[in-house]
Amino acid sequence: MSEIRFSGFGGQGIIRCGLIAGKALSLFDNKQATMTQSFGPEARGSACSSQLVVSDDRVLYPYISAPEILISMSQEAYEKYEPELRDDGILLIDKDLVKSKPSRGKIKTYSVPSTRFAEELGNRIIANLVMLGFFTAITRIVSPEAMKKALPGLVPGRFLELNKKAFDKGYEYGKKILTEEKKPKKK
Amino acid sequence: MKEEDHLEEKNPMEDLLRMDRIPHIWCPGCGIGTVVTSFAEALRKSKIDLDKTAIVSGIGCTGRVAGYVKLDSFHTTHGRAIPFATGLKLANPELKVIVFSGDGDIAGIGGNHFIHAARRNMDMIVICVNNFNYAMTGGQVAATTPTTANASTAPYGNYEYSFSLPYLAEASGATYVARWTALHLRRVAKSMQEALGKRGFSFIEVITPCVTLYARRNRLGDGLNLMKYYYEKSEIQHGADTRTVDISYQGKLIVGKFVDKEKPTFLDCMNEHLGKVLGDKYKSYGVSHE
Amino acid sequence: MKKVKADPKGVLTGAHYLDGDYALAEGALAAGCRFFAGYPITPSTETAERFSERIPSVGGVFIQMEDEIASIAALIGAVWGGKKAMTVTSGPGFSLMMENIGLACMMETPLVIANVQRGGPSTGLPTLTGQQDMMQVKWGSHGDYEIIALCPDSPQECFDLCIDAFNLSEIYRVPTFIMADECVGHMHEKVVIPPAEEIELVERKWFKGPKDKYLPYKPDKDMIPFMVKAGDGHRFHTTGLTHDERGYPALNAEFQEVCVRHLVEKIRMNADKIIKLEEDEIDNAEIIVISYGITSRVTTRAVQQARKAGIKVGTIRLITVWPFPEKRIKELAKKIKAFVVPEINYGQIVREVERCVEGQAPVIHIPHCGGWVHDPDEIFKAIKEASK
Ligand SMILES: Cc1ncc(C[n+]2csc(CCOP(=O)(O)OP(=O)(O)O)c2C)c(N)n1
Ligand code: SF4
Ligand SMILES: [Mg+2]
Repeated sequence: MSEIRFSGFGGQGIIRCGLIAGKALSLFDNKQATMTQSFGPEARGSACSSQLVVSDDRVLYPYISAPEILISMSQEAYEKYEPELRDDGILLIDKDLVKSKPSRGKIKTYSVPSTRFAEELGNRIIANLVMLGFFTAITRIVSPEAMKKALPGLVPGRFLELNKKAFDKGYEYGKKILTEEKKPKKK
Repeated sequence: MKEEDHLEEKNPMEDLLRMDRIPHIWCPGCGIGTVVTSFAEALRKSKIDLDKTAIVSGIGCTGRVAGYVKLDSFHTTHGRAIPFATGLKLANPELKVIVFSGDGDIAGIGGNHFIHAARRNMDMIVICVNNFNYAMTGGQVAATTPTTANASTAPYGNYEYSFSLPYLAEASGATYVARWTALHLRRVAKSMQEALGKRGFSFIEVITPCVTLYARRNRLGDGLNLMKYYYEKSEIQHGADTRTVDISYQGKLIVGKFVDKEKPTFLDCMNEHLGKVLGDKYKSYGVSHE
Repeated sequence: MKKVKADPKGVLTGAHYLDGDYALAEGALAAGCRFFAGYPITPSTETAERFSERIPSVGGVFIQMEDEIASIAALIGAVWGGKKAMTVTSGPGFSLMMENIGLACMMETPLVIANVQRGGPSTGLPTLTGQQDMMQVKWGSHGDYEIIALCPDSPQECFDLCIDAFNLSEIYRVPTFIMADECVGHMHEKVVIPPAEEIELVERKWFKGPKDKYLPYKPDKDMIPFMVKAGDGHRFHTTGLTHDERGYPALNAEFQEVCVRHLVEKIRMNADKIIKLEEDEIDNAEIIVISYGITSRVTTRAVQQARKAGIKVGTIRLITVWPFPEKRIKELAKKIKAFVVPEINYGQIVREVERCVEGQAPVIHIPHCGGWVHDPDEIFKAIKEASK
């Protein structure tokens, strides 16, 4: 079982991230994924989040308590949610928007300039897709094929290709980081 | 009255009333029954398909009307006849739906539903028997009780402003608005007949004597005295500006047909709008596609 | 009871990733619901939004009314106009509906109301979960009556139980409730919608006899009277007053007995047919945990823990909460060491359990104030305690 939290500020498509990953896992990767999100006044504040509990069997407890994966696309969200990340967890951040503290425990931190990449692709609104690609590559919790299959219906039809491009960009970047990470170890 | 007139009035009534429920519960001299007679006449003259006509009442002396009329008839809860009728009409648009209820029911507890149904131009006729009080429960003050009139919960006289129902109806969007008194039975029937021939939200207010409570408490005499008041103080002003038709205690009663216009109904608007936005994907609701 | 297949027009066959609220709307459409009246309220609004988006292509009406009183009144009207109808709401709106829920019971009107429960009382916790309207749904309107209430524990079950709810409401001519909660309503999970031909629906019990012979409240052999719709020439009458077979007011104790007893007995005498429970490892159980809705999922985790610790614990999930499975609990009370009842309130369904257990075993309640679900640990501890 894994617990994942996507976080950022309102308007970054954070809830979408949870929906796309949840749908990909549940419908195309043969997992059971329960997605919840914060509603109401606290959801209107600047830190916004969606949570996924992923399991091979039925998810019994729908909320997350100590996620092993935290995705933060804003400084505020990072500060709010970093403390609950497990000591051996994975932290994914937007390189330009989040300044991370020295990591604690065995937490592995990976960063991607998701917003910058999105801007290069023509629209910062797809930064979440860059991040999702990056997330897919680094965590390998979900297959990239499933993620792409999950997109129709969750991103506007006329931007489907652009969203896929953004996803690929993040995915390739994540792959690259992983190979680079492995290289020195092999030596 | 000539003999034939008499006959003509009696037989069709039997057709339109639940004779197995007569005698009715209303007090001798009560005006509600006479409004029902006008309604029956309007139904008969309008020649609409009575199998496709439904009547909905709330709760009150007037609320009992649905129980006496031989149509598909619904006696609902206090104030909620209009939303009930809304559901009925929308579920089966070929119905002609009439709400028949009291002033307390329609303008007091149900006031919000009244203005919203008018705003939507929901296709229905609302007939409101205004007896200036909550009669069924013993003559309490209502939103329509004229200022200074007495009521059981206004024992020193009513010091609130009252609603002028035609003004409220027009301002909210009604496409047909008329007011009469129980003295004007032919005209009441004619208005009802006109409304039955129209589409959209029609409102007919009938000032009606409640002899037992309102009249007695205010020492206004019996039914005859009230009719005399209606006779002396009513003034027919078709097309009158509804802002000018408010009623003061025992004051002038401006009556007539105030509003009669055409406007697309709720369902017209829904069909037209969705058709425009969704194109071929949308099939108009409530109209035959054969 | 006439069974028919669902109309494919309303059925979104396939696997989807939906929240419970959306699944309710899909369940309603699949069940043939073609009229929806409602008023926005968190956390149920998404159902109305989904229905309003989907209905134009299916054929039917969505209307946002001026309040919840109007919504339920419109529903009753729509059913008598011939449609299947549904509304959704939450705490405050549910309170507003109470009077007309009584009217629906009295007029024996089949319809479905979903309450996506949030924390109360009053405005309470609009965006957070609760199970605090479980008694209100049974007793909230004045007078004696019976209703049916179902509790989904997932978006999938929001869909499935919505279809069941429509069917039950038609079979028994009774308002049927889906008592969901914010957690289930707002969580997204996989929802599989079967092909239309696999969805079995109960057709309204239409009266087919001579039009002038129709008696809206004459019970048939199965206790349930026939229905008609307005506009078909029956010229029938119906009222919220105590009435006779004709639907005419009959205001005395004698008719009160006939009329109200019928409303109560048509459900009580059919309780066995209505009630759906999910039981697990009951046979060897010493402890039984009784729960419903989202709480039963959290309970399962606690129970797994308890079983690992060697405790013989069984579970009953109340899919049907009303009518309450009185018979079954009474039966088990004789041989069970203790019952544990977690629920997100300060003691509602536990009272029913206590009533049925009749002091034969301890009934341990695990209350929760609302706003969140139980910590499974808390339930585990209670099970451990009970097993001592
Ligand atoms: C919710 C509710 N509140 C109060 C009542 C009691 N009640 C019954 S009839 C009535 C007043 C009816 O007045 P109106 O609509 O003017 O009808 P009338 O009897 O004057 O014809 C009231 C307050 C009720 N039945 N339901
Ligand atoms: S109390 Fe008044 S309104 Fe009611 S029946 Fe008697 S006279 Fe008519
Ligand atoms: Mg009155």
